[in-house]
Amino acid sequence: MKADEKAVNTGIHFMDGDSACCEGAIAAGCRFVAGYPITPSTEVVELIAQRFPKIGGIFIQMEDEIASSIAISGASWAGAKAMTVTSGPGFSLMMEHIGYAVMTETPCVFVNVQRGGPSTGLPTLPGQQDIMQCRWGSHGDYEVIALSPNSPQECFDLTIQCFNLAEKYRVPVFLMMDECVGHMSERVVIPPADEIEIEPRHYTEQAPGEFSPYNDMEGLVPRTTKAGDGHNILVTGLTHDDRGYPDMSANTHQVLVDRLIKKIRHSADDIIILEEDDVDGADIVVVSYGISSRVATRGVRMAREKGLRVGMLRLVTVWPFPENRIRELADRIEAFVVVEMNQGQIMREVQRCSEGRAQVAGVLNYGGAIHPPEEIYQTIAGVSS
Amino acid sequence: MSLMQIRVGGFGGQGVILIGTILGKAGAIFDHKFATMTRSYGPEARGGACSSQVLISDESITFPYVTQPDYLIALSQEIYDKFSPGLAEGACLIYEKDLVKPNGLQAGIKKLGIPCMRFAEELGSRVVLNMVMLGYFSANCPGLTKEAIQEAIRITVPPKTIDVNLMAFEKGYTYDGS
Repeated sequence: MKADEKAVNTGIHFMDGDSACCEGAIAAGCRFVAGYPITPSTEVVELIAQRFPKIGGIFIQMEDEIASSIAISGASWAGAKAMTVTSGPGFSLMMEHIGYAVMTETPCVFVNVQRGGPSTGLPTLPGQQDIMQCRWGSHGDYEVIALSPNSPQECFDLTIQCFNLAEKYRVPVFLMMDECVGHMSERVVIPPADEIEIEPRHYTEQAPGEFSPYNDMEGLVPRTTKAGDGHNILVTGLTHDDRGYPDMSANTHQVLVDRLIKKIRHSADDIIILEEDDVDGADIVVVSYGISSRVATRGVRMAREKGLRVGMLRLVTVWPFPENRIRELADRIEAFVVVEMNQGQIMREVQRCSEGRAQVAGVLNYGGAIHPPEEIYQTIAGVSS
Repeated sequence: MSLMQIRVGGFGGQGVILIGTILGKAGAIFDHKFATMTRSYGPEARGGACSSQVLISDESITFPYVTQPDYLIALSQEIYDKFSPGLAEGACLIYEKDLVKPNGLQAGIKKLGIPCMRFAEELGSRVVLNMVMLGYFSANCPGLTKEAIQEAIRITVPPKTIDVNLMAFEKGYTYDGS
């Protein structure tokens, strides 16, 4: 399916990451946004509020983030592609409904323009401290998908990708931006609508009498319906059978949660996007994501100029984590250097997967500022000596 | 030119962010280079000092902020006082002549002043002082073409004001310093 040409803002623009995210959502077919504006994500919803009335979208400024995060589930079950937009303090309030969207298999997108935390922390400065929160913030066992853009162009491209993945896997998908990428302006090319591939919702073709909310399977992902189409519809966060009826037995729970996890894990190769530069033949591999990955390339270049054999592995997809790739590399390289604006959230994942076979060092901070490239170079040089 | 670093600053309301936006658009859209623009944000951007950083490069830009400015465009004394100590030899200071006294500037820095507020008032529109400054900058910066900046102005300002903005740009462009 292609994007709607009446809505897509085709052209060559100079815009910030927040605006590009808004344009990406519109191109992806998002027509419902509920949010409680918060710095540094406010510009996303500001532009949504301007653009939506002209293209038939609905934007609601909700009473808080808890309401915003559940309104998008409701809108999604009514057939809309839906999104909420926030930053750290608001994201903390949304955790309950991430689990709800996972359990009810509701396609939706959460955008988090990260700022320094904890608490209200640093409203106007960047951070990458919510990476684990989007993975584990809600209770229970589950899998989600998270992407991390490092330019305004990617804020556009990956927002579309988030919506497409949400539809394909019926899961909440996270766009993990940061203040730096959200507020920097660069060239953003928005292609013509007929060049933008859109994943439609996978609706059932079963008749209303035959269909149950979770019985029409496409692999591990059930086809769906929407309120008003005449099918039986029962949506609950309680453990449920394939009719959607609550069935709180250990066995049903095992079957359900196992499928929710496997539908993502078994498709990890399809979901994960990595960018690699000179990883083959490297002694040291720098792992990074988001804006940190851009700065890291400068540190990598400085190290290469000194004759070090350094590769760069950029996580465009942060979750699911590219466990297999890290394991393969750990067998043959000397060390990983992980660059991130937190105290080692992804560094610990790299340590977990490398199981002691490669050294793991971090270039870490507490958020608030992107890394000076010299600091990254020095860590690479320190590891190599 | 591999990387050109520009810092623009002044009072809120002088249109300094617009200067940054237009320079970014000129580079990224019309001169087909890489350009990144960031701006002061939050409490610091309200009322008092307001600034924008622009990087223009032939290669992709990895670090998005100014580290060593090639140009400082100062529209207020506060901005001059805050950022001029960071200028290194070979850099260029472009300032509003009636608002900024470039006291104590280090040796080796090119110094260009223009009374852009006065020129804008002569054109009957005080708000175009930023365009006068853009024109003067353009005449003294070979890194971006004049045409690219003019095109960027055309697609950025409200359509009814294009003429007065371009006139103001030309006024600054042709200023000979006297």
